[in-house]
Amino acid sequence: MWRKIVIACTVVICFVLQSTCMQWISLGNITPNLLIIITAAYGFMRGKKSGLLVGFFCGLLTDIFFGEVIGFYALIYMYIGYANGLFHRIFFPEDIKLPLFLIVVSDFLYGLTVYTLMFLLRGRFELIYYIGHIILPEMIYTIVLTFFVYPVNLKINRKFDEIEKRSEKKFV
Amino acid sequence: MSPVVKKKGTRYHLPSKYILLILTILCVGLMLITLTTDLFRGPLNRVAGYITTPFQAGVSEVGTYLNDRVDELAQIRDLLEENERLKQTVDEQSLQIIQLQQDRYELNNLRQLYDLDQEYQEYDKIGARIIGADGNWFSAFLIDKGENDGLALDMNVIADGGLVGRITAIGPTWARVTSVIADNANVSGMVLSTSDRLIVSGSLESMNRSGEISFSQLIDSPNNVIVGDKIVTSSISDKYLPGILIGYITKINTDSNNLSKSGYLTPAVDFAHLDEVLVILEVKQTVQE
Repeated sequence: MWRKIVIACTVVICFVLQSTCMQWISLGNITPNLLIIITAAYGFMRGKKSGLLVGFFCGLLTDIFFGEVIGFYALIYMYIGYANGLFHRIFFPEDIKLPLFLIVVSDFLYGLTVYTLMFLLRGRFELIYYIGHIILPEMIYTIVLTFFVYPVNLKINRKFDEIEKRSEKKFV
Repeated sequence: MSPVVKKKGTRYHLPSKYILLILTILCVGLMLITLTTDLFRGPLNRVAGYITTPFQAGVSEVGTYLNDRVDELAQIRDLLEENERLKQTVDEQSLQIIQLQQDRYELNNLRQLYDLDQEYQEYDKIGARIIGADGNWFSAFLIDKGENDGLALDMNVIADGGLVGRITAIGPTWARVTSVIADNANVSGMVLSTSDRLIVSGSLESMNRSGEISFSQLIDSPNNVIVGDKIVTSSISDKYLPGILIGYITKINTDSNNLSKSGYLTPAVDFAHLDEVLVILEVKQTVQE
């Protein structure tokens, strides 16, 4: 129960930070994507279900405040969370390479999806330009941010795992 | 005994596959509903706004404070130099002002003659602070005033005397402003000097590249429009009030059809350093069918 409340708070806090703090640290109009980090992180840390739910609510908040239609970003983030959940089985907390790789790929796919659905379909064909000037810079900036954000989330997650384990032992 | 005896007390867990499917259907449903009706806009905006807007307002307050302090320190030296320069220009300009006042007197007289007061009437405005912004793809941002302060959908937003955009979503305590430089924004404009109409379209690419947005469909066969001309919102726009400055033409090209022209303009507003905006409390009058 507590875990759910903490995850819900994390989503809201990250959304608020994304729309405020991230704008101040933007370089050349590019902001890192905090929501992708937590969506992907909960996906591979806790499995498919957590990933897709965290993604859904991250996307839903984005939709309500910035989306043209409600459900668009929710759908993208949800599938990213679910796909990251598939890697839960080969995830070890000590290893940082897999999380980094997954977050980078997630952010790239997110950028590519948004470009395809919102830009390509309106006749903006300069794919290389958008990859070079929006998607790649965002990806690199997101990796940098991952080093700060991901360990915090990992620590919170492990704390809850310990608490759960302890209460199970007490129960037996 | 059968191996599939359910233990007492264990709850039934829905496999994540099915949750994914259900939520996908929900999302598609929501998309269809928001595309065809505006059923969800009200209540959803209300609930989400009450949760996040206070945080956003607080966080951005702190951020603006910190930014301002840093800027102040960095700017003191620049300001001293600038002060010297400005003192000189004040002298020069006070001469110009006298000339302009004479021109203005003449203009007022002419305007009365043409009975154009109505076009240049003063609108009621309200100031608002920017509290949040979108990611990298679209230039939308949130302001800290909403329905409770008398704002409504489609109200025009200005800053620095130029057009910023219009309100495209609103809750009780917040509103989203879609700016004219956003890639999906189109504004019907007109060249101030010749009254030729054109379409101003926001563009992420040219905005990133050179700080310009594009215009198209300008019909100007006598070649009267030149670089540097002002572009204002036209009177036939159904969302924007007429006569608000959008920007200045920087480039004009003749299209391959040899009839229309297109090109680029620099927006009058400095979107990179936007902090506070003015919302015009008036919605363009439209004819209901």
